[in-house]
Amino acid sequence: MKLSGILLPWVSVLCVGLLGVGTYGALFVAPADYQQGEAARIMYVHVPAAWMSLATFVFMAVASALALIFRHPLSDLCAKACAPIGAGFTFLALLTGALWGGPMWGTFWEWDPRLTSQLILLFIYFGYMAIWSTIEDPTRAARVAAVLALVGSIMVPIIHYSVDWWNSLHQGPSVFREGGPSIHPDMLWPLLVMALGYHAFLIAVLLVRMRTEIIRRRVRALQLRRVGGLA
Amino acid sequence: MSEFFAMGGYGLYIWPCFIATVIVLGGLALVSWLGWKRQTALFERLQAEPSPAPEGPSSVVSSSASKGV
Amino acid sequence: MSAFWAIVGQEVKLATRVGGGGGLAVFFFLVAITLIPLGVGPNMPLLAQIAPGILWVILLLSCLLTLDRLFQTDFEDGTLDHLMLSPLPLELLVLAKVVGHWLTTGLPLIFASPLMALMLNLDPRHYPMMMVTMLVGSPALSLLGAIGAGLTVGIRRGGLLISLLVLPFYMPVLIFGVGALRAVLVSAPGDLALRNLALLAALSLLCLVLGPVAGAAGLRANLR
Repeated sequence: MKLSGILLPWVSVLCVGLLGVGTYGALFVAPADYQQGEAARIMYVHVPAAWMSLATFVFMAVASALALIFRHPLSDLCAKACAPIGAGFTFLALLTGALWGGPMWGTFWEWDPRLTSQLILLFIYFGYMAIWSTIEDPTRAARVAAVLALVGSIMVPIIHYSVDWWNSLHQGPSVFREGGPSIHPDMLWPLLVMALGYHAFLIAVLLVRMRTEIIRRRVRALQLRRVGGLA
Repeated sequence: MSEFFAMGGYGLYIWPCFIATVIVLGGLALVSWLGWKRQTALFERLQAEPSPAPEGPSSVVSSSASKGV
Repeated sequence: MSAFWAIVGQEVKLATRVGGGGGLAVFFFLVAITLIPLGVGPNMPLLAQIAPGILWVILLLSCLLTLDRLFQTDFEDGTLDHLMLSPLPLELLVLAKVVGHWLTTGLPLIFASPLMALMLNLDPRHYPMMMVTMLVGSPALSLLGAIGAGLTVGIRRGGLLISLLVLPFYMPVLIFGVGALRAVLVSAPGDLALRNLALLAALSLLCLVLGPVAGAAGLRANLR
């Protein structure tokens, strides 16, 4: 709690700074793509969001595993706090992907394998959050949610692979293809700065949400004691 | 300037993307922050209230209950 | 091991006797299939084309429909607590339940599927392949379903939550199952059907491990 209080302002400032520099780089410095023109600038918000949607899930699964093995209450809180942020990133990846698809494919929604996997990932995030909102007892909800997150961490790669496979049966390769290491350095650094900024965002919001959860449990304990005292 | 906003004809797609990013990330941060504010306020109010002293009412209840028995 | 088969036998007995609701999934399958031509029109060539996907999607939904009773009835009448105290490992208990569920839901659906395929104008030459894909894939459906059922046991409105949790995990099964059937249907070159079938079998085997372990973990999380 104390550590998070010290850390939070720094991470927040770092997050805002990185996102600001990244946005500047994305909009002013980076050259337009020779194939996609200016539309490629969507990459700087889309690709980090897609990366983070998976990274947040991995983080959530690790926290859940720790919660199941060591029963440390903080890892429960961490996993719970991850879910809405991850769902936010996933939603953002879908939305910007659709807006990118508009000019590139001529349609906002294409059953592109990456978009499809992202959509399924969003459903899994929703299922995870539904567990927390339907089970009232927090310790029970934490354990059930942790099991779900671990099953999800096994199934998500399988789903991703199967959707790729499904797509290869039905249509040709998709438009999205990151250039890999051959990407122009002026396009690469804003992307990496943006990705770091998204990471800082995850940590900052995660810290806020975890602190909120801790306080919420204290409030709950106080209320329970009060009700118990008056009864 | 308008050329910059037009983004080579793709402005219609690029700007909503950046705006959506700002809204989603900003909204997420704002909601989290407001939740924190609300919970701390609630916590402080609960603590500040002339709350039952550690074993105040509960002992009263238990003593009255034992009297009843 | 005898305890294992006793649970399986009991599941089958409960489902097949009057009031067990064993045939409901098949009935749902039939009714849902009837909706499709009513929705898309009595266009026989079109129906033949979309039949693999429709059959598999409705198989998925029929399986899903029966899942919320997998542990819930035993939970409500207290049988589950007794079973959890028995010396049988919880994982095996879940597996026994899944075998019972598959025998009373998956297997009847597979036997009924040629009738549904007939209604959707699927070429009768492909019935064997359809039944093979369902035979290989439906265990995965029951096993994954047991995870959802274990995670939601004792939760109010758990039935709705199961669908939300389990359907995303069903998607690979759907993809490989339909993939194998379609590959035969369009006589795809090479061994595409076989590769799909192998992937489907691999998925079922993985779920054979994952289902009981995660299902038991879900039960423990909910009941202790």
